[in-house]
Amino acid sequence: MEKYTYDAIVIGSGISGGMAAKELTEKGLKTIMLERGRNIEHIKDYVNANKAPWEYEHRGGKTQQMLADYPVLGRDYTLNETNLDFWVNEKDSPYVEVKPFDWFRGYHVGGRSLMWGRQSYRLSDYDFEANAKDGIAVDWPIRYKDLAPWYSHAEKFAGISGNRDGLPQLPDGDYMPAMEMNIVEKDVAARIKKHYKDRHMVIGRTANITKPHNNRVNCQYRNKCWLGCPFGAYFSTQSATLPAAVATGNLTLRPFSIVTRILYDKDTKRAKGVEILDAETNKTYEYYAKIIFLNASALNSAWVLMNSATDVWPGGLGSSSGELGHNVMDHHFRAGAHGEMPGYEDKYVYGRRANGIYVPRFRNLFGDKRDYIRGFGYQGSAGREGWSREIPEMSIGGEFKDALSEPGNWTMGLTGFGETLPYHDNHIFLDKTKKDKWGLPVLAMDVSIRDNEQKMRIDMMQDAKEMLEIAGLQNVKTYNNGYNPGGGIHEMGTARMGRDPKTSVLNQYNQVWDAPNVYVTDGAAMTSAACQNPSLTYMALTARAVDHAVSELKKQNV
Amino acid sequence: MINRRDALARVALLMGGAVIGADYFLTGCSSDKDKAQTKNGDSASNFKALDTKQQAYLDEVGDTILPATKTPGAKAARVGSFMAVMVRDSYKPADQETFTKGLGQLEEASQKLNGKGFMESTPAQRTALLTALDTEQKNYTKTKTPEQPNHYFRMMKELTLLGYFTSEVGATQALRYLPVPGKYVGDYPYKKGDRAWATT
Repeated sequence: MEKYTYDAIVIGSGISGGMAAKELTEKGLKTIMLERGRNIEHIKDYVNANKAPWEYEHRGGKTQQMLADYPVLGRDYTLNETNLDFWVNEKDSPYVEVKPFDWFRGYHVGGRSLMWGRQSYRLSDYDFEANAKDGIAVDWPIRYKDLAPWYSHAEKFAGISGNRDGLPQLPDGDYMPAMEMNIVEKDVAARIKKHYKDRHMVIGRTANITKPHNNRVNCQYRNKCWLGCPFGAYFSTQSATLPAAVATGNLTLRPFSIVTRILYDKDTKRAKGVEILDAETNKTYEYYAKIIFLNASALNSAWVLMNSATDVWPGGLGSSSGELGHNVMDHHFRAGAHGEMPGYEDKYVYGRRANGIYVPRFRNLFGDKRDYIRGFGYQGSAGREGWSREIPEMSIGGEFKDALSEPGNWTMGLTGFGETLPYHDNHIFLDKTKKDKWGLPVLAMDVSIRDNEQKMRIDMMQDAKEMLEIAGLQNVKTYNNGYNPGGGIHEMGTARMGRDPKTSVLNQYNQVWDAPNVYVTDGAAMTSAACQNPSLTYMALTARAVDHAVSELKKQNV
Repeated sequence: MINRRDALARVALLMGGAVIGADYFLTGCSSDKDKAQTKNGDSASNFKALDTKQQAYLDEVGDTILPATKTPGAKAARVGSFMAVMVRDSYKPADQETFTKGLGQLEEASQKLNGKGFMESTPAQRTALLTALDTEQKNYTKTKTPEQPNHYFRMMKELTLLGYFTSEVGATQALRYLPVPGKYVGDYPYKKGDRAWATT
């Protein structure tokens, strides 16, 4: 068996893994980043980034073959012809749905940082204090002040564009100039502000840079981010953290490296390294390091832990509390409202903004009290209808064609993203009867939303309708398109942080209680979900944890 | 992820309904209609790809739906061959069958209305026929149950629109295509007659 030694190992190369690698290498640690999938090189491997719509045989859509090959991905817009290569091969990597669960994965260098939605929000103390105040689950071991400097650190590096809106439930950060609302969004925002004391519509805060930054070109308003950006205008591992890590000379990147387990040393009560399976050769290797960062994405980080140290704890490394793999959370969505805005016939937009508007949470805050706890935010946008609209009074012919060649009415929609609570019995576990392509056990998902989320969904529809109508939209209709856990692609909670090793997997610095030189800083660490898009929080937690790890290393505490 | 704020908030529909076939645009979760079609679609393997003659025929159907005006028509965008690809690759077996049979039904309807085949008809006769078929499909679609098949002319019209406006001809001549806008202006003047932006 071949053996290699580094100062630090990072498992996974997505948003948080890339950040861990950057921070560790910049602090001088020789680091290996292990990625289970293939390499995707920045720009060179964005094979469709400059294609026009007509260059796709099915104009970007789905085929029956694609639906057969990608039955999970095909449940949503995620299955499409333009970036199929960025999604996991479902036949090679199956999972078990005890209850319906949508798991959209990217197994390659960069992970889902290549396809993410880029909305970047801070959590506030309303979120960090929520579990303690509501008396559910466990308290977060940190508060906003602990993370605030690390949010700044991550924002300044990643390049987040946005406004400082001065809202306590959505703390302001260190932003690049904001993108612009369009004329209808501006007027809707003004009317909402006038009518409601505590509801606000702001421009989305997005990880698209609006001015040049670290050799990256500012956003060109193509709105083709998920093909990979040839300008490097949005934050991804490839555009941002990987080049920074490589520049230190301290990084080794090893693709096709499936980490099968973390090697635990019973004598030192520390992890000593990891075992990997080369995904191409099926050969096994061991890597050793003083510090391990586990950033395989929430569910797969839990998988690695569950598959590790089974001779000490039958439930895996970090399972002593009984919480490993439990408390699975996501953001439930696909409910809201949309309507038509009369007028503005002499107004249009130029460019395709890779961003929308955001309505921060207002429910169960500032004295509001509902028959459920927590709340939701809205994302949405206004725009003029295109050629796919219906023109009821027209049928076929030249007049019809010319009418469709012009923009239609302005419409606007709002989609709620709601907080899900951490329920202990929402859990994932290893199904050893089913194996993936490499003979490894697969995950089984037993997760559902409950009464609290269902009640919230009614408000997600009704509040959107009310706000749009107050803002002057007509023909406003609510919708609830249903939701499977996982569909929000914000999986969280499977190795939560806490104050007590008896009820949590990680401590306040994201160290596994049972092996303090193992840090988990992806979505698995989340103690509650809040309702904001979570990736920025993972970046901040990661940078903070690396700072802690390196200082502990110097003190020889890990 | 990606443009969920757009995709979900403004539910993408074509001609006022969900697009037939492989959920081409986002239309929410799969409907009962899809399930019914999967169940009935066991005769899958009978489908024969549309030949060049049928594609030429569909070019003419498409060009009647979207004829040349000040901008080129659907035939110039070769919607016939596009339809052949989409019916072959993206349609469920039941829809493939409906579409293929529909070619014969369209021809019959032409004989009945105009006393001659579609290809032999004058532009005015073609327009009269397809206008009548469009009324027929609209009425049919309005009242049909999810288990009933889709209307063949709805499919032809949908694919014509999709094929035309996403083609190079449609996107760059009927619409305005900006590969790299470079900036965003949220309050941009518009006057009647200005073409819409192509979407991607």
